Amino acid sequence: MKLTGWSGVVIGALILLGCGAAIAALIGVSGGDLTLSAGDLAAIRFTLTQAALSAVGSVLVAVPLARALARRRFWGRNLLVTAMGAPFLLPVLVAVLGLLAIWGRNGVLSTALTAIGAERLNIYGMTGVVMAHLFFNIPLVTRLLLQGWATIPAEHFRLGAQLGFGARARFRLIELPMLRAVLPGAGLLVFLLCITSFAIALTLGGGPKATTVELAIYQAIRFDFDLPRAGLLALIQTGLCLGVATIAMLTGRAGEARAGMIRPVAMMGGAGRWLDFTVIACTTVFLAGPVVAVIVRGVPALIDLPSSVIEAAIRSILVAISSALLSVSAGLMIAIGLVRIGLARPVLARLGEGAMLIVLAISPFVLATGWFILLRGHVDPFAIALPMVVLINALMALPFALRAFVPAVALAQRTDGRLADMLGLTGLARLRHVMLPHVRGPAAFAAGLTAALSMGDLGVIALFGSTTTATLPLVMYQLMGAYRMEAAAGAALLLLILSFGMFAVIDRLGKTHDPV
Amino acid sequence: MIRFEGAVLRNGAFELSADLTVAGPGICAVIGPSGSGKSTLLLALAGFLPVAQGRVTIGGQDVTSLPPAARPVSVLFQDHNLFAHLDVTANVALGLRPNLRLSDAERERVQDALHRTGLEALAKRKPDALSGGQQQRVAIARALLRDRPVLLLDEAFGALGPGLRRDMLNLVQSVAVERALTVLMVTHEPEDARTIADQVVFVADGRAHVPLATEAFFATPAPAVAAYLGL
Repeated sequence: MKLTGWSGVVIGALILLGCGAAIAALIGVSGGDLTLSAGDLAAIRFTLTQAALSAVGSVLVAVPLARALARRRFWGRNLLVTAMGAPFLLPVLVAVLGLLAIWGRNGVLSTALTAIGAERLNIYGMTGVVMAHLFFNIPLVTRLLLQGWATIPAEHFRLGAQLGFGARARFRLIELPMLRAVLPGAGLLVFLLCITSFAIALTLGGGPKATTVELAIYQAIRFDFDLPRAGLLALIQTGLCLGVATIAMLTGRAGEARAGMIRPVAMMGGAGRWLDFTVIACTTVFLAGPVVAVIVRGVPALIDLPSSVIEAAIRSILVAISSALLSVSAGLMIAIGLVRIGLARPVLARLGEGAMLIVLAISPFVLATGWFILLRGHVDPFAIALPMVVLINALMALPFALRAFVPAVALAQRTDGRLADMLGLTGLARLRHVMLPHVRGPAAFAAGLTAALSMGDLGVIALFGSTTTATLPLVMYQLMGAYRMEAAAGAALLLLILSFGMFAVIDRLGKTHDPV
Repeated sequence: MIRFEGAVLRNGAFELSADLTVAGPGICAVIGPSGSGKSTLLLALAGFLPVAQGRVTIGGQDVTSLPPAARPVSVLFQDHNLFAHLDVTANVALGLRPNLRLSDAERERVQDALHRTGLEALAKRKPDALSGGQQQRVAIARALLRDRPVLLLDEAFGALGPGLRRDMLNLVQSVAVERALTVLMVTHEPEDARTIADQVVFVADGRAHVPLATEAFFATPAPAVAAYLGL
């Protein structure tokens, strides 16, 4: 069996074919009729407006925050920077519940406001959607910017100190050039993520004034069963995403890593110290508050969870593990294929990798809708809801798996690959002795990531889920819809623990016997 | 004249003690094993690292707690002496005004510095269109313009080939003589010290030793120096 190379190419081709078929099916069902109703236009407008506000807002907060974190050293700084990575794994619904616990009608702030005779807050609609997007994307942009700050050579700050740069000159001459290189890409990434985010719009948006395209697709299928409209909306959504992704790729300049030779030195004291620490403190409270609220409210409910929650949790764990296995094995095969092709035709390999990344730009809903249309009449889509969720979650995490695998596989090829060629090792033997030692770490990381993302995902399952196939996020959503907030808080805490727990456990598996 | 008076210089957990006087003007090489603290000596003198004990004076002025910009010192690092988004002229002009708003007279001085360092033809280029040697030449032009009595070279030519390095050393030497500068030069190449230095400071085991005349330093090396030089 010649496992190295070809199987990956076949899997990659199948994925692209599957995506193509889904889009073809959508074009077919929409009948090529591209007239948009007033509601569709409103959905497009809302989608773009909230994404733009979220992107601009994230950048406006993240720049001073990242600047403060880059300049200051204080107790707990490293922990804080690490925690900025956590929202990536945080299930969206958990964050929404946490935000509502602080900012909602019955939240902490509203309670305080009524105590002084003011009105309760209402964040449903644009406010809530943008706030939740800020919650997720401020940390993301901050981390990207921190990487940017790390690429500024420490020599430049010293040079600035020597040449007597004031605060303005320092910003304009040293920091602004980096921001100009990093910010457009970061902003567009947030914009793209906010266009495709579904669970936030589902829970905090809704109604004619606050419906995103993604949410409109869901409503067209779930409530109206209007497939032509769903198909049309899905095409619009795909167009939006691919458009933004293309702009992002075209504007994205390869950032030259020119880290200096000397270690960066933190600023002690000095002007702007209090401003820096105020920015850090405020954003920390904004970001940590909702998570703390979920934990505080969830703990009492955790002992007395409804059986539906327990069943859904078990289902979710199985889904998460299946997605992780699928994503990692497909990712590994494709990475091997890409590296093999890259030896002979580097341009082709890069195109292939780019094509795989485009999968990220196609919304899971669009894929699910397309496949739903294709499968209709052959199988009952509601019966295969869980396999579909497994497959789509695996696909959505595939770009991350590839990111982790391609460099590791390339390294394995460069080092032990030559030895294996000489010894004639192919197929499974090669996989075991050449690849696995090198990819164990990245594989565990990618698997952990996929499992956590899959665990917390409320997307396709909302479309096709029923009581017998409901995952934990769906059950939690139903509990919230029924205003059973106690049980929902318990489910949220369980979901939180499971998502982070699975990532931690699986990621650790890759680190125990590290032979490389 | 540079004096370290019972000084202890701190770089993270590392400490270097220095109790010495470098008479100026002239060129003084700083040599010693890697990690011995050569750069620490220079960075503390430039004001980038704290002086934990003692004091540091330059030309009789106590600079121990002066900020970098207020010290009579210019530094050349090995790399990243230029801002990548500014052209050669602007990078040099930073030596006069950080906001780059120059008067006509100042513009004249920038042209003059470019002329003296042979950079006129490259004035409009960005740093990434320059060779390593040309980049360091731009940094020297800026130091020329700042006109501070002390010039510190922190392995400034370490990344250059032998021929180019010799050119740069000659340039430094002519500038130093012309402006009566005191140059402190960290280098990995004892040959650099032999070429242009009047004196040598040896740094090892957390201590910067008093400077010796270059000839004496190499003719009758102390045991630690001999071990370092492989003699």
